[in-house]
Amino acid sequence: MTEVDHAQNDRKVIVRYRDVKKAFGDNVVLNDLNLNVHEGEKVALIGPSGSGKTTIIRMLMTLEEPTEGTIEVDGEMLWHKEVNGKLEPADEKHLRKVRGKIGMVFQQYNLFPHMSIIRNCTEAPIHVLGLSKEEATERAKQMLEKVGLSDKVDMYPSQLSGGQQQRVAIARSLVMQPKVLLFDEVTAALDPELVGEVLEVIKDIAAEGETTMMLITHEMDFARDVADRVLFLDNGLIAEHGTPHDVIENPTSDRLKSFLGRFNSSHA
Amino acid sequence: MFTNIDTFLPYILGGLSTTVQAFLFGAVLAYSIALVMGLARTSRLAIVRGFATVFVELFRGTSLLVQMFFFAYAFPSLMPFTVSAFVAGGLALGLNYGAYASEVVRGAVLAVPKGQTEAAISLNMSKFQTMRRVILPQAVRLMLPGLGNNAIELLKGTSLVYFISLADMTFNANILRSSNTSLSAQVEIYTYLLLTYFVLALPLVFLTRWLEKRASKGVSTV
Repeated sequence: MTEVDHAQNDRKVIVRYRDVKKAFGDNVVLNDLNLNVHEGEKVALIGPSGSGKTTIIRMLMTLEEPTEGTIEVDGEMLWHKEVNGKLEPADEKHLRKVRGKIGMVFQQYNLFPHMSIIRNCTEAPIHVLGLSKEEATERAKQMLEKVGLSDKVDMYPSQLSGGQQQRVAIARSLVMQPKVLLFDEVTAALDPELVGEVLEVIKDIAAEGETTMMLITHEMDFARDVADRVLFLDNGLIAEHGTPHDVIENPTSDRLKSFLGRFNSSHA
Repeated sequence: MFTNIDTFLPYILGGLSTTVQAFLFGAVLAYSIALVMGLARTSRLAIVRGFATVFVELFRGTSLLVQMFFFAYAFPSLMPFTVSAFVAGGLALGLNYGAYASEVVRGAVLAVPKGQTEAAISLNMSKFQTMRRVILPQAVRLMLPGLGNNAIELLKGTSLVYFISLADMTFNANILRSSNTSLSAQVEIYTYLLLTYFVLALPLVFLTRWLEKRASKGVSTV
């Protein structure tokens, strides 16, 4: 199986999927994935539901274990650990060490409803990173300002709109300073009029350039604006990949053309 | 009717401290067991889950009264040590009601949406941190109505300690009955006893309501 890479990108590879397969029982959702993601790169994953795109990022967040193959993050195996030159399944300690470089924003926000906005953003920095309360609060306030919510710090998630909750979730993951940030259809649960404010925030963060991003989205205009590279997933395989211009503007396969056709009709 | 309140009520209340002590002993044990066994039943380790399941079904599936008899009368000949009637009663209460309450704990923990655990993983929290900081605080809110109910049941269950000769309120009421055999005296004695249990249960009702209100902070404003 050939490796899907970004030929023009000479920055180091930060995420490397090697012969990764995922099956739930007999149902194979991902087949022989070989993918490199470079540092600072923004990769958009598009495709019909059930095509395997969510599985790709959930395995990287350690929410789903690959059936076969390996995933490397920043030069280290994620699901395996090398013991005397042999690969062994990773234990909890190893998983925690490597997954600290990854962060994720979810479709359903998944804020902690029993904590105020500021505590949502400081709980992990204090107890996982070991920051002092002052440092964590300082960092959290910066991030909440970045997503335009510095006036909401003392409120609770249920008091905010869906768009605001999702922006808090983005801030919460940014406070942890992950090297790779994953976005799982983060606007899919939002009312249409709230989608824009969330996408703007993500575009701003992307423009800063530092953070590597993998984004699953059904917003084609957004994918075109923000991504360096677009992957079209179909039936557990990367069916087409390239720059947004190649993939979204000039699709070659019939599958991709018909997939994109569904969006064009609604955007016309 | 109700002419002997001056003598009957104080006599019944002479058992109050035994009732309250049995309740407190039982409650502390029951809630500790409920937490440990309830969490054990959600464990990913089959051996832990299996042990907890056997424990819960054993103590839930047998009679509280028989358990008290067992701890008070059978236990001493099986073990190299004896236990006082009070400890036997408290043990049976704690184990029995703990087994019931552990189901409340388990149900509440499982009812917290999976996305909460996933968010905690995405923030690299350990399993312990996830349970303590994310899952349990939300689960407690869901447990409170069930656990409050359980506490009231436990209070009423303490009346069974009279069978192992502990001088609680029910024990004293039955002594009164044996020396005051008129029908009107019987009505009087058991009316006082009923009312006393009811009054004792009231603080538990209000405590549960207060805790429920407190725990819903930030959650119920939708």
